[in-house]
Amino acid sequence: MTVSLVLVIVMAALIASGVYLLLERSLTRVVLGFLLIGNGVNLLILIMAGRPGIAPIVADGVAPDEYTDPLPQALILTAIVITFAVSAFLLALIYRSWRLANADDVSDDVDDVALRKGAISMPVEEPTFDDGGTDFPVEPEEKVIATPSTGEGSQ
Amino acid sequence: MLAVLTVFALAAMVLPALARVIGTRVFWVAALVSLGAFAHTLLQAPAVLSAEAVRLPFERFTYIAQLQFTLDVRMDTLSWVLALIITGIGSLVLFYCGAYFRDDERGLGRFAAVLLAFAGAMYGLVVADDVYLLFVFWEATSVFSYLLIGHYTHRKASRGAALQALITTTLGGLVMLVGLVLLAVQANSSSLSVILATTPATTLTTVSVYLVLVGALSKSAIVPLHFWLPGAMAAPTPVSAYLHAAAMVKAGIYLLARLAPAFVEVPGWREVLVALGLATMLLGGWVALKQTDLKLLLAYGTVSQLGFLTVVAGFGTRETALGALALLLAHALFKSTLFLVVGIIDHEAGTRDLRKLSGLGRRSPVLAVVAVLVLASMAGLPPLFGFVAKETVLHGLLAAASGANSAVVGDNGQLWGVIATVGVVVGSTLTVAYSIRFFWGAFARKAGVDDVTALATVSRRFLFAPTVLAVTSLALGPLASFVNTGLAGYPALFPSDGGKPYELALWHGLEPELGLSLITIVVGAALFVLREQFARLQARMSTGVNASNAYWDTVGAVDRLAVRVTSLTQRGSLSFYLGVILVVFVGVMTAGLVVGDSWPAELRAWDQPAQLAIGAVMIGAAVAATQAQKRFAALVTVGVTGFGMSALFALHGAPDLAITQILVEIVTLIAFVLVLRRLPAKLGDRHGSTHKLLRAVIAVGVGVVMALVAIIAAGSRIAEPISLAWPELAFVQGHGRNIVNVALVDLRGWDTLGELAVVIAAATGVASLLFLRGRGDTPARLGRSVIKSRIASRLERVRDLGAEGERRNAWILAGPTLDPRHRSILLEVVVRLTFHAVIVISLFLLFAGHNLPGGGFVGGLVAGLALVGRYLAGGRYELGVALPVGAGAVLGAGLIIAAGTAVVPLFFGAPPLTSTYFEAEVWLLGEIEFVTSTIFDIGVYLIVVGLVLDVLRSLGAEVDRQGGDDQAPPALAARAKAQREAAG
Repeated sequence: MTVSLVLVIVMAALIASGVYLLLERSLTRVVLGFLLIGNGVNLLILIMAGRPGIAPIVADGVAPDEYTDPLPQALILTAIVITFAVSAFLLALIYRSWRLANADDVSDDVDDVALRKGAISMPVEEPTFDDGGTDFPVEPEEKVIATPSTGEGSQ
Repeated sequence: MLAVLTVFALAAMVLPALARVIGTRVFWVAALVSLGAFAHTLLQAPAVLSAEAVRLPFERFTYIAQLQFTLDVRMDTLSWVLALIITGIGSLVLFYCGAYFRDDERGLGRFAAVLLAFAGAMYGLVVADDVYLLFVFWEATSVFSYLLIGHYTHRKASRGAALQALITTTLGGLVMLVGLVLLAVQANSSSLSVILATTPATTLTTVSVYLVLVGALSKSAIVPLHFWLPGAMAAPTPVSAYLHAAAMVKAGIYLLARLAPAFVEVPGWREVLVALGLATMLLGGWVALKQTDLKLLLAYGTVSQLGFLTVVAGFGTRETALGALALLLAHALFKSTLFLVVGIIDHEAGTRDLRKLSGLGRRSPVLAVVAVLVLASMAGLPPLFGFVAKETVLHGLLAAASGANSAVVGDNGQLWGVIATVGVVVGSTLTVAYSIRFFWGAFARKAGVDDVTALATVSRRFLFAPTVLAVTSLALGPLASFVNTGLAGYPALFPSDGGKPYELALWHGLEPELGLSLITIVVGAALFVLREQFARLQARMSTGVNASNAYWDTVGAVDRLAVRVTSLTQRGSLSFYLGVILVVFVGVMTAGLVVGDSWPAELRAWDQPAQLAIGAVMIGAAVAATQAQKRFAALVTVGVTGFGMSALFALHGAPDLAITQILVEIVTLIAFVLVLRRLPAKLGDRHGSTHKLLRAVIAVGVGVVMALVAIIAAGSRIAEPISLAWPELAFVQGHGRNIVNVALVDLRGWDTLGELAVVIAAATGVASLLFLRGRGDTPARLGRSVIKSRIASRLERVRDLGAEGERRNAWILAGPTLDPRHRSILLEVVVRLTFHAVIVISLFLLFAGHNLPGGGFVGGLVAGLALVGRYLAGGRYELGVALPVGAGAVLGAGLIIAAGTAVVPLFFGAPPLTSTYFEAEVWLLGEIEFVTSTIFDIGVYLIVVGLVLDVLRSLGAEVDRQGGDDQAPPALAARAKAQREAAG
């Protein structure tokens, strides 16, 4: 099966532009990039349909391979609607972000940045029975375990 | 046996609830369960002792027959002895717990349940005849042990020790799992008995056996993984008595004993086990003599004894096998008793420190006698069972050392027999010394220490379990030959050296081993007498090397490494993550495309020349979108690509797509405008575009890769498209001429149903992001009559006042709710005139779509656009009037109809989504055809309408309301009133 080079180039341009926008910090640009990629992917599916043919409305005396492949069309049709639904959701996200933070950009994760800058340390929970000298020093542990008022202590 | 396991599991589940009602008596119930299992195990004796493999109890439960997944359990001598120890001591310890804990103990029910569940898991471990089942029980004991060690959840030491034990034993368990899988794959069976019987002596076998040994040795606290066991003394003492003396730590020994008959010939088996075992035995004994906490003294004693057991179980001759099993039994009896004794002392006196305990022997002679009996067994004094076991062990080792059974143990056997004998004698000397130290520490009257006054009255209930165990230790000595009958099945698995089988007996005559025993006792006693000098020697020899510190250093290092790796890879920036993913995508795909070789033979430049022009516009628009600085400019350029798509679809012979794309593009533009009007016009005013070049490189890379993928994927196609059959299917089965529509509602109806769910989820998501309180399904609307009367009154006022501007109110119902400055008479007129026509068109598209371009999606979008018109012309109240039901109701109705179409055929015995065809002559209309899949399309129609409605109501009306810049009716009324007053 051969494909139309023009369609492939258009598809690549749509996806490249979409990716460029997707890597932005502005949420609006991200959503627009999402739309461009959506269009590009739909075009990719269309390319997979092969040569254009007659619109797939059954007519007498037309051989099956004379129609444009209907399968990719069914896929694209649902994809178009889903893209709309998801971009509406992304728009709602932009709006929320604007209402809450007065910003429509993707901000860095605060905890990750703090970790990277060494502001968060990871404590190790090490038992306290360690006074050196023996493999398993006793005193602190015993002090803890023999605390009265627990089942193991005195009455 | 499977029934026993089930009872354990069920009882454990009931215990927590029961504990709330009956308090500590819950342990009696648990003890009864374990006692029942003990009785059941005893009843298996005739079958087990028959020594005929076919008569051994075996049960199988097939739970996934197709995959040959079965639960196999089997009970031979080894399993039987272990099961008796586990269930017997288990019931005694559980009974003891009833006196040890108080009713108000924290987490009492959980503790009882976990302890009983542990007993069940341990029982399962020793009867499992499938390596995977064995592994599951193995890990279960680790997890229960974790919960039991960490019983005092509020103590840091307790939590740390629990985690340490868990990590150490599960790490070993995982290594073991690899070994077990290798063995199972090699034997082509996961049955333990099959593996043991058939595995050939290959390098792979050697590797897998060593992997399994790692698990066994970590579980049994053998050097260098011994450190978790003393740490585990943070557990309540009954747990130590059961898990860390009788049961769990014996799991490793059990596995050694299980594997030894088959794998003793594996290169290095005997050498490694004897060396590690002796190191553990000597280290444990040495450190035990330093301890001042009685429990830690016992813990190190246990480490030492586990090393001893490893030496003997790993040595692998008939005599040592008999000795190993006898020693295992003896150790379980005496060591758990000693822990129980310590528990009583701790419970009554409030300390376990032997420097603070004094004069307890006189206060509680019964307890002292119990302790003396089991200590004598531990030290190997006649006539206790410990003596019998140790004599047998020494006999077996001496037989190897003297070369008496060199035919069985091979050339190296004699050397390692000597090493083992010497090591065991030294280790036993230490055992004697710390046994005496324990008695002295717990019961003796010490100079300079006040007598402990507690312990005058220890209840019989509390003393019961240790007494029974001590008496058993005592009784089994004289009954040695009787015990021998029970144990004899296991050593028979090893090759005979031809002589008469050695048997357990209290008195074998003046044999060399008796002399060795005497030496250990004398030297051990001397060590105790010279304890102060010995302590000084120990202090001098202290190296400061500490396995537990090494463990914690490792844990700390792993944590620090994790932080470093996290801070390197988790930058916190989504763009960074996305960039990494895309770079990997480009890299991997490029590699794949280079390796693969399916470039198509020919490539068309274009299908129609028009593609060239449209494509150029689209590329220009897409690139412009990336450079746009204003929101609306960027949106419009993106929209251009969408309309270009529509044109390409039309050229490609896809009318449905072309129509849908145009409609969606319009709705999308409007939805964007609705939101973007609230945002500043300029894009990226806070963060400008950064890393432009890098992003461009990634973007171009992705684009090029996608282009190559498209060309090569299309070129690789060799099969006929499946859709060649669709025209006929659509016409004959689907009764429709529009193949795409029939595919959506019939041929591929499942896909569409799934897609509808996605649409509904997205629509609901939009609503939930905008409506903070409730879904807003009672939309902003005025009652029709209210509005009509208001309009009427206003028209009257207009007549009265002659105010020219107010006359245009009548075109749409809620028009007056808008600020006059925001109103467009042209829009109102157009909407007024076209709305109903558009709705009719949408219905036509819906019903005609089966045979002509159209269908539910297109129809729904057209109807949605009609609603958009109403909203734009009349604001949110107009939208409420136009469709006075909630978007959720529309979406839900659509989904019910679509799903119903899928389900209803099931009632007629047909597959889901089967369509039926009706034809009828109707008066006036002529012949009417109806396909049931049209009903499905009605569902699609409703869902699309609901989606658009939800978008309008959320991004339009709700944003208006939150923005507060439309005219609410009260304000309108106030304005009218003001006008009236001004006029009047």
